[in-house]
Amino acid sequence: MIAFLQQNAFWIITIVKIALLLFIVLTVNAYLTWFERKVVAHIQSRWGPHRVGPHGLLQPAADGLKFLFKEDPTPLGVDKFVYYLAPFLALALSLTALAVIPFGPDPIVLFGQKIYLWITNPDIGLLILFAITALSVYGVALAGWASNSKYSLLGGLRSSAQMISYELALTMSVVGVLLMANTFSLTEIIEKQSHGVGGVGFLGWNIFAWGKDGLLFPQIFGFICFFTSAIAETNRAPFDLPEAESELVAGFHTEYASFKFAMFFIAEYTAMITVSCLATILFFGGWVSIFPDSWTITHYIPSITLIPFGLWVIYDGLKYETIFGKLVLPAVGFAMFAIGAVLLAGAWIAPLHQVNEFIQPVFWFTAKVFVFLFFYVWARGTLPRLRYDQLMNVGWKLLLPVSIANVIVTAGVILWRGHV
Amino acid sequence: MSPVLIIFFVLAGLAVLGALNLVLQKHPIHSALSLIVVMVCLAGLYLLMGAEFVAAVQIIVYGGAIMVLFIFVIMLLNAGEEEHTDFSKIAKFAGLPLALALTASLAALVVKPGQNVHGATQAVIPKATEQISTMLFKDFVYPFELTSFLILVAIMGALVLAQREKK
Repeated sequence: MIAFLQQNAFWIITIVKIALLLFIVLTVNAYLTWFERKVVAHIQSRWGPHRVGPHGLLQPAADGLKFLFKEDPTPLGVDKFVYYLAPFLALALSLTALAVIPFGPDPIVLFGQKIYLWITNPDIGLLILFAITALSVYGVALAGWASNSKYSLLGGLRSSAQMISYELALTMSVVGVLLMANTFSLTEIIEKQSHGVGGVGFLGWNIFAWGKDGLLFPQIFGFICFFTSAIAETNRAPFDLPEAESELVAGFHTEYASFKFAMFFIAEYTAMITVSCLATILFFGGWVSIFPDSWTITHYIPSITLIPFGLWVIYDGLKYETIFGKLVLPAVGFAMFAIGAVLLAGAWIAPLHQVNEFIQPVFWFTAKVFVFLFFYVWARGTLPRLRYDQLMNVGWKLLLPVSIANVIVTAGVILWRGHV
Repeated sequence: MSPVLIIFFVLAGLAVLGALNLVLQKHPIHSALSLIVVMVCLAGLYLLMGAEFVAAVQIIVYGGAIMVLFIFVIMLLNAGEEEHTDFSKIAKFAGLPLALALTASLAALVVKPGQNVHGATQAVIPKATEQISTMLFKDFVYPFELTSFLILVAIMGALVLAQREKK
């Protein structure tokens, strides 16, 4: 048995990692819907979900159950095969993209096996991500076509035109980063950003591009182009014309109900997570900390933030009148407090110290990804939807020229500084 | 059979099936979908030969850009099911024998003993992307740039034709 496990360690580890990542991402997805509803509600001076569980925290579970048990009618006259294929395609592609995202640099060593925090780390990670993005148009476009409904068809048409247009700007905007990193590998791109000038972590990020070899061209324009076109690629507000509910009912997924609709939903949110990870990796140094590495005290930031947050959750839970709120929230809060306290004790205890060092990069990575996810929601809550001709103008006449100019200037600066 | 060979046969079989389906399907969207299957399978075959870059570009350019345009146009024109016509005369008298002859000669080459057709070596080439870019932008930079100029001319031509119809 043990011999078998050792021989096939690679396969077993990979499969377990995939299962774990899927579980985490789907949970995060569910709570992202909660987070979005809450944030948008507060932007609009409402409460958002607050009936199901404390702070509406069980709302995602209720929604999931609802999706599972709803009736799932198939409209008349649909192209059956394509109609069923489209949600699978959308979901499978957006989940596949996560396989190449690295979440942290250090492996966990378990039973003598090094377990890295990525499923695979190919040399052409970025290209694979773009290949998957290129294919993910089909989920939306085919759903629109197969539904045999004019609203869906218009949504599908809009989304394919939009994705073709913005894919160009999306790809061109990262070329500046690639020129500076000289590689397609996502881990190497992060590695190249980890040497800020004078040891100041964040100056080395591509958005500032002030590494130990001197200042290159900061990728601010590249980042703006990238994130704008990425929002368009993921069909999110203010670029959500494919599902513009005031014009097209629900756009490409008008005719989908029950879990097939949920699959589009999950695909969209997973794509949001992927894009946020990518923005973090390409422009914001991935898991590189904001602070210089020599400031060892900053290594306790994750643990220290956990302690007051845990205490607050306990306090908040005790205010609840329901048994569930009184029981679960304090338990969760106590767990957070305990983990934070134990990790803080790592300052004096060696093995805990290692754990603390290990969660460092993962903490910074998730923190940055969270900022971008918040930005997504923020944009949805504030910006009005673009008109279709405005959308095309922004893509072709603004983002594309700016990103091409960015490439030329970046290449010029690299040549001038002699960093070829 | 080694795992690589199994993967090869699965991908190659899927590619052939997709190509056949492309011809046999009646609806243009189904045909386009089969073509995407062929493209992705080809990318898989490239990946199997260690040509990661070519595989990714195959999916991005053919699977993504070109086929999306195809599907977009089919959707925009709302093309319906097509009727299969009989064989055209040229296809009957020239095409079929020629296709048979090509298949036969290829099969003969593969089967012929002593003169094995070797596949490309399945080795992961380090820095393959860098080699390709050196070749494109250093060794063959003039032909490469000329090609892009040709494509530009083709785009202009298409634009001119489209604009003329509008008048």
